[in-house]
Amino acid sequence: MSSPWRIEGNRLLPSPPCKGGARGGSRRSRPNTGVRGLASLATHPLPLPFREGSFALALALLLPLALAACDREQRDMAGQPKPETAAFVAKGDPRAAEYENNAFHIAQGQRLFAWMNCSGCHSHGGGGMGPPLMDNKWRYGGKMEDIVASILYGRPNGMPDWRNKITEQQAWELAAYVRSLSGQSRKDALGARTEEMAVTPPQSLESTERNLVAEKPQSPPGEPQ
Amino acid sequence: MRAGRHEWAVALPLPLLALLSGCGGIQTIGGREGRDAALINDLFTLFCIVTGIFFAAIMAFLFAAYWRRRGWRADRMAEEDERLAAPSRGGALRVGMFLWTGAVVGGLMGLAVASFFTDRGLAHPNSDNKPVVSIELTGNQWWWDAKYHFHDPSKDFRTANELHIPLGAATYIVLKANDVIHSFWVPNLAGKQDLIPGHLNDIVLVPTRAGHYRGQCAEYCGLQHAHMALDIVVDTPADYQRWVARQQQTAPPPADPQARAGYVYFMNKQCSACHTIAGTPAGGQVAPDLTHVASRATIAAGTLPNTVGSMHAWVADPQGVKPGNNMPYIGLNADELHAVVAYLETLK
Repeated sequence: MSSPWRIEGNRLLPSPPCKGGARGGSRRSRPNTGVRGLASLATHPLPLPFREGSFALALALLLPLALAACDREQRDMAGQPKPETAAFVAKGDPRAAEYENNAFHIAQGQRLFAWMNCSGCHSHGGGGMGPPLMDNKWRYGGKMEDIVASILYGRPNGMPDWRNKITEQQAWELAAYVRSLSGQSRKDALGARTEEMAVTPPQSLESTERNLVAEKPQSPPGEPQ
Repeated sequence: MRAGRHEWAVALPLPLLALLSGCGGIQTIGGREGRDAALINDLFTLFCIVTGIFFAAIMAFLFAAYWRRRGWRADRMAEEDERLAAPSRGGALRVGMFLWTGAVVGGLMGLAVASFFTDRGLAHPNSDNKPVVSIELTGNQWWWDAKYHFHDPSKDFRTANELHIPLGAATYIVLKANDVIHSFWVPNLAGKQDLIPGHLNDIVLVPTRAGHYRGQCAEYCGLQHAHMALDIVVDTPADYQRWVARQQQTAPPPADPQARAGYVYFMNKQCSACHTIAGTPAGGQVAPDLTHVASRATIAAGTLPNTVGSMHAWVADPQGVKPGNNMPYIGLNADELHAVVAYLETLK
């Protein structure tokens, strides 16, 4: 008898009092187990962490933590250049995390992916003339900064540079979406619905293969894999 | 004190009168400038009159009952009831009940028949089979993309946020949506019709009076739903033909140096990735067609009047004017801004 509860039909009932020596010595000394044990708690003063006041205090202390989840829904529409970012995409750019963990930017990236005809070569991530974007192979790096550099400055063998066709913010949004194609976005940052006309189930409903996240060592630019 | 309260009560309906000033104008549900709107308004008027008569009758009965009951004495009620139950009174009551039931049934049937004929009228907007103007209208967050179709496809043209339609002809509009559900509503001309992604809807406008009307997206579609308006200009047939001929022309090459600099910027920078200007290399399809942008009454789907000043504000920082719209902040410097606006102003 491991649980103080038993299921009879669809009803949850307290188990009969435990008998026998399966339990440890300290438990054997107490005759009341299960529900009767819980009931006896009510008559005795509770230990400190369970008293009302301190419980509410702990809850209040935990509440600010919920605010941390809000940045996922934050909509930075202006996308004006920030002073801390360099003109060229550097490693460890603070924008990488900001864009990748934001539902709005990922959704906007998906729109831009359609509008800028990325599917013309990358075919909805499946690849065609251009390499597939939904696998774990990256010719020129799979980090946010690498993808943004690929989009803005182009790559040999066909990737055109989009520097003067889209803004830098849009390149970051596109990169965030491209990362989500191979299931590398935080699950809670993906929108449950897209801003686009839905022809596929929302990404948050797909069972994304987390093992894609393991990045392989990058081969030098230009070398085919 | 008591008199003062009465004066106040009399003044109570006065602010309501101010609401009437909303009737009439370029966007009003009381408008009768289209065939559909007139039909719907006629039906509404009929409903108001019929239900108003019945409301007045019921209120009259109610107050008559109050009036009669007042002053009666309880000790005489049994006597009164006996009098009411007398055969002569009973006959009159029965006749009254029959008359009243007949009036209610007749009134409801009349409204049903009127509603049927209105519906039938709405369903046959072009019964004499005159040639129609054909427009494909696509709703986007948050603007209207319009394509005019002609028998000769080379005459087709695209515009945005402003429709011109001819007086006295039927305009057939196919309604589509690219992202979410929108709703096309020009209350002066016709009722509402939804624009649904992946689904074709249509509506026919038959305007009966020339003028400038305003449409508005009538289905909440996101952040800037309120700034998704549409100008509808009902032209005389001659004016309409002139407007069409103008829209079918491509943009002229800019003449003055500043506009030419703007042209160069537009073609080589972000603008041309999304916007089309017919007759130039700019051919983006995801944003409003700008071939004749300077000829329109408003910019950004009715957000700002189309003046040089608001064009500067819009191009400099679209997110400041209409936050959340899909035109990004580009970051033009002052010279580039003046040049681009100078070029856009040449696109009459």
